[in-house]
Amino acid sequence: MSENKNEKIDEVKNITESSDVLLDVKNLQVSFDTYGGEVKAVRGVSFTLDRGETLAVVGESGCGKSVTAQSIMQLIPMPPGKIKSGEVWLDGRDLLKYSDKEMEKVRGKEISMIFQDPMTSLNPTMKVGKQIMEALIKHQNMSKSQAKEKAVEMLKLVGLPNPERRVEQYAHEYSGGMRQRAMIAIALSCNPKLLIADEPTTALDVTIQAQIMELMADLQKKLDTAIILITHDLGVVADVAKKIAVMYAGVIIEYGTYRDIFYNPKHPYTWGLLLSVPRLDVNKDLRLIPIEGTPPDLISPPKGCPFASRCEHAMKICKEKMPEEIKVDSVESEDHFARCWLYNDLAPSVNNPVTERRARLNE
Amino acid sequence: MADMKLKKEDFEVVGKDLKSSEEIIRKSLTYWQDAWMRLKANRVALFALIIIIIMLGMAVFAPMMTEYSYDQQMYDRISQTPNSENWFGTDELGRDLFARVWQGARTSLFVAFVATIINVSIGVIYGGISGYFGGKTDIVMMRIIEIIYSIPRLLWVILLLVVMKPGIKPIIIAIAITGWGGMARVVRGQVLQLKQMEFVLAAKTLGADTTRILLKHLIPNTMGPIIINLTFQVPTAVFTEAFLSYLGLGIPAPAASWGSLAQSGTKMILLYPHMLLFPAAMISIFMLAFNLLGDGLRDALDPRLRA
Amino acid sequence: MNETLISVRNLKKYFNVRGGKTLKAVDDISFDIHKGETLGLVGESGCGKSTAGRTIVRLYEATGGDIIYKDMNINNLNKKQLKDYTRHAQMIFQDPYASLNPRMTVTDIVGEGIDIHNLYKGMERQKRIYEILELVGLSREHANRFPHEFSGGQRQRIGVARALAIEPDFIVADEPISALDVSIQAQVVNLLKDLQDELNLTYLFIAHDLSMVKHLSDRVAVMYLGSIMELTESKELYDNPLHPYTKALMSAVPIPDPDVSRAKQRIILKGDVPSPIDVPAGCKFQGRCPLVEDICRVEKPELRQVIPGHEVACHMVKKP
Repeated sequence: MSENKNEKIDEVKNITESSDVLLDVKNLQVSFDTYGGEVKAVRGVSFTLDRGETLAVVGESGCGKSVTAQSIMQLIPMPPGKIKSGEVWLDGRDLLKYSDKEMEKVRGKEISMIFQDPMTSLNPTMKVGKQIMEALIKHQNMSKSQAKEKAVEMLKLVGLPNPERRVEQYAHEYSGGMRQRAMIAIALSCNPKLLIADEPTTALDVTIQAQIMELMADLQKKLDTAIILITHDLGVVADVAKKIAVMYAGVIIEYGTYRDIFYNPKHPYTWGLLLSVPRLDVNKDLRLIPIEGTPPDLISPPKGCPFASRCEHAMKICKEKMPEEIKVDSVESEDHFARCWLYNDLAPSVNNPVTERRARLNE
Repeated sequence: MADMKLKKEDFEVVGKDLKSSEEIIRKSLTYWQDAWMRLKANRVALFALIIIIIMLGMAVFAPMMTEYSYDQQMYDRISQTPNSENWFGTDELGRDLFARVWQGARTSLFVAFVATIINVSIGVIYGGISGYFGGKTDIVMMRIIEIIYSIPRLLWVILLLVVMKPGIKPIIIAIAITGWGGMARVVRGQVLQLKQMEFVLAAKTLGADTTRILLKHLIPNTMGPIIINLTFQVPTAVFTEAFLSYLGLGIPAPAASWGSLAQSGTKMILLYPHMLLFPAAMISIFMLAFNLLGDGLRDALDPRLRA
Repeated sequence: MNETLISVRNLKKYFNVRGGKTLKAVDDISFDIHKGETLGLVGESGCGKSTAGRTIVRLYEATGGDIIYKDMNINNLNKKQLKDYTRHAQMIFQDPYASLNPRMTVTDIVGEGIDIHNLYKGMERQKRIYEILELVGLSREHANRFPHEFSGGQRQRIGVARALAIEPDFIVADEPISALDVSIQAQVVNLLKDLQDELNLTYLFIAHDLSMVKHLSDRVAVMYLGSIMELTESKELYDNPLHPYTKALMSAVPIPDPDVSRAKQRIILKGDVPSPIDVPAGCKFQGRCPLVEDICRVEKPELRQVIPGHEVACHMVKKP
C-alpha cells in the first residue's frame, strides 16, 4: 500500500517477492475531460489483491470505485477519459501497457466483470447459451458442441433450473435474478483469475440479492477466483469480503480486513458510513447519524483532506494538506491503513464512535 | 510518516464546514448556455451558422447594394458573363443576375421560413395533444397524418393550382400540408416518453391542469428535438420550392426564386453556364450549411451527451 | 394518535395489458393510516406498492374500492374537489434525477404548487420559497440553479420542498431514498422525521428496504403480488414475524455486522416473484412458500387479526 514512493519496482522482483499476489494496482490516476473542466475521478489509488481473495471496494457514487475497476479492465472510454498515471500488475504484467488487441485476450479469460444492470449487459438479440459459448470458443478454442456442453454446465453451476432449455432462451425470457446468474455464468465460463463485480445486486430485490450473494460466496469456494466487489452498501459485503477498501473522492481513505473496518474503523468517513445505516437486528431506537453535506466536486478537489468539510473532527491541517496513508492498529494484526491526520502524534485523541456504540448495544 | 515540520497549532480542531460542502463550484449554466458552449466548440457547425447568417444578411441587403433592380431589362447587356458591372452576369433578357439571385433568395427563404413556422406550430400542438392524451385519440390522430402523407406533395400542388393562382401561396400551403406530420411525430414520441417521467407526475399531484403540464413541462423538454427537426425542415422547404419552380409550378415571371432562376438557367446551360451555376450554388450551399448546423445542434442538444 | 386520516377499503387497481389480459397490480387491499403516524409499505419490485401509493394520491384512477380521506371519498370527486385534495395529499418520488423538470429553476419547481393553488404572489412567494428551502437544509443561493447542478441528496431535498410548499398534511413517499447513497439516505430520513414532528405530517412510506422502513415507520404492511400479507406495528413485525414471506424477507436483509451476519441462518427463497398477470388461485405466495399445503392452492387466505394489532394472511398461522 505504501509503495507509492518506489513505484519503479521491476517486473521480476514483483513476481518472486510475492507470488500469492494476483493484482497490484499502483498510484492509479484517472481523469475525464468535460466541458466544465477536468474531473479527477481517481486520484492515486493503490492496493493489492491475493489469489482467491475477496476485496470489497466501498464508497458512494462518484467516489471513483467503478472507474478504478474499469481502468483495470481498460474499459474507460478514451476520450473523454484518460489514465494519467499508474500501473496495474496482473501476475507480473502491467496491463496499462497492453494494447487493445492484447487486452482482448485478458478480458473474459483472465479478468471478467459483471455489472449492475443485468438487462443491459446481456445482448437481447442473442440466445443466452450462445453468449456463454462465444467466450469459450474464443478463449478456450472449444468446438461448438463442447462449448454448448460447457454452457449448460455453467448455467447449472449458477443454479438455473432447466439449464438445457435455458441455453436456448433469450435474455428477455429470464427474470432479473436469472439474468444476473447468467451474467455470472458468462463471466466465470473461462475460469478467470479475477472477477470484478460492479454493484452486482444493487438492481435486485432483497430476496434475490441474498440468492446472488450466496451464489457468489459459494462459487468462490469452488473455483478459487479472486473477487473485487464494488458496492455502496457496507451491509452487502459483511458476509463475503476479506479485505475492504473504503473510497472517497477518488482516494482510498481506509483499507483493512473486514473485522478492522467493521469493528475497529479509524477514518471518520468510515464511522459515518457505519453509523448512518439503520440496523434491522437492533431494537433500541437510535437516531441515524447522517454524514451531513455533500462530497466535493472532483472538478476542483480540495487541496487538503476531501472529507474535511463534512468531518466534525476536522483540524486546520486537514484543510491544508492531504494526509498520507498511515498504519493504524489492527484487530487481526494485518495491514490496516487510514488516510487521516487524527493519527498523527500531534493530533488530539478522539473517541471512536463505532466501538462506543457497540459497547452501548452490548450492555 | 509524521512530517517533522508540522506544528501543534496545525492540529487545532475546527470542525465541519457544511456551507462549503454544499456550495456548488461549477458555474451555473442553463440548458441553452450549455448547448451554445457545445455548438461553439464544433467548428463545422459554427462555420455553417456563419454562412447561413451571411446568406440571410445578403438576402436582406444585397438588393440595396446594386444599382440594378431584379426586373430591370438592359437590352444592351443581354447574356453577359460575370464582369465588374454585373457581378454575376446577366440573363437572356438582360437582367442583372446578382440582383435576381438575391431577390430569389428573398422569395425562397421567405417560403422556407413561413412554411417551417407553420409546420412547427401545427406539428408541436398536434403531436403534443396526440402524445399527451394517448389511447384512442392518439390512434385517430396518427392515422390522419398517415392519410395526408399518402398523397404526394406534387399532387397537392397540382390540386391547389386548380383553385389558386400560381405563386408563393400554393407553394407554402403545399409544403405546410405535407410537412407538419414529421414534426408532429417527433413531438408525439417525446411527449409519450416524457409524460411517464416523475416530474410530470409530480406536477399532476400538485394539481396542475393539462395546459400547464403541456406548456411548462412537456413542450420545453421537447425543445431540443424540435429545433433539430426544424433545422432539417428549412432546407427541405427550400429544396421543395426550388423543385416546384423548376417544374414550372412555382413563382411566375418576372418574380424570381432560386428554383425559377435555375430553371431558366438550364435552358442556356451550354452557352452560358453561369446562369445556372449561381442559383444552383446558392441552393447547394444553403442546404449544406443548414444540414451541417442541424448535425451540430443535434450533438449540442442531445441530453444523452450531457456530462 | 389513533384518529384515522385515510382509510383504504378493498382498493383495486388493474391494468389492461397486451393479449387482453389483466395485470392486477393492487388486488383488494384495505388499511387505515392514522393521523400523525408513518405507515410503511414494503415489498419487492412489482408487488404493487407504488401503484397503491399513486392511486391514493389519485395519479391513477382506482378500478374498485374506496379511499376515504377524512370524510371525503376521493374516488368520486369533481375537478375542483380533486384540486383541493391535492393540497392535502402530496407525493415524494423515487428518482431524484427524473422527478425534477430539468428546464426549471429550483424556485420555479418549489413554487409550482404555490402558483397552481394561488397561495402567494410576488415577494411573498419568493419569501415562502426561501423559507421552505431552508426548512429542508438548502439555502437561498440554491434558488436560481437548475436541477442538474445538484447532487442526488440535494435533489431529493428539493423534491421534499416541492411537496411541502403547499402545506399538505399527508405525504406518500414513494421509495424516496432507494436511489440515494447510504450516507445520504440517513440525511433524507432524518429530514422526513424532523418535518413530521415539526409539521405534524402523516406519511405513507413506500420502500423495499426493511431496515429503513422499520426505523421510520410506526406500523408496517408487507405486500406481495398486489396483496397485503402482514400488517402490524413495526417492532412487533420484527420481534414476531408470522407470515413465511415476511420471515424470508427479514432474513435476507444484509446486516452491517459480519459476526452477526455470518452466524445468521438465512431463509433463502427459491425462484423469483411471479408475474402479476397470471396469478394462481389460492395464496399468491404458494409457489415459493416453504410451508405450502393443499389448502393454500385452493383458497385465498384473508388478512385476519391473529394477535391484537397484528394481522396476517396465511392459512398456516394459527391463533396462539
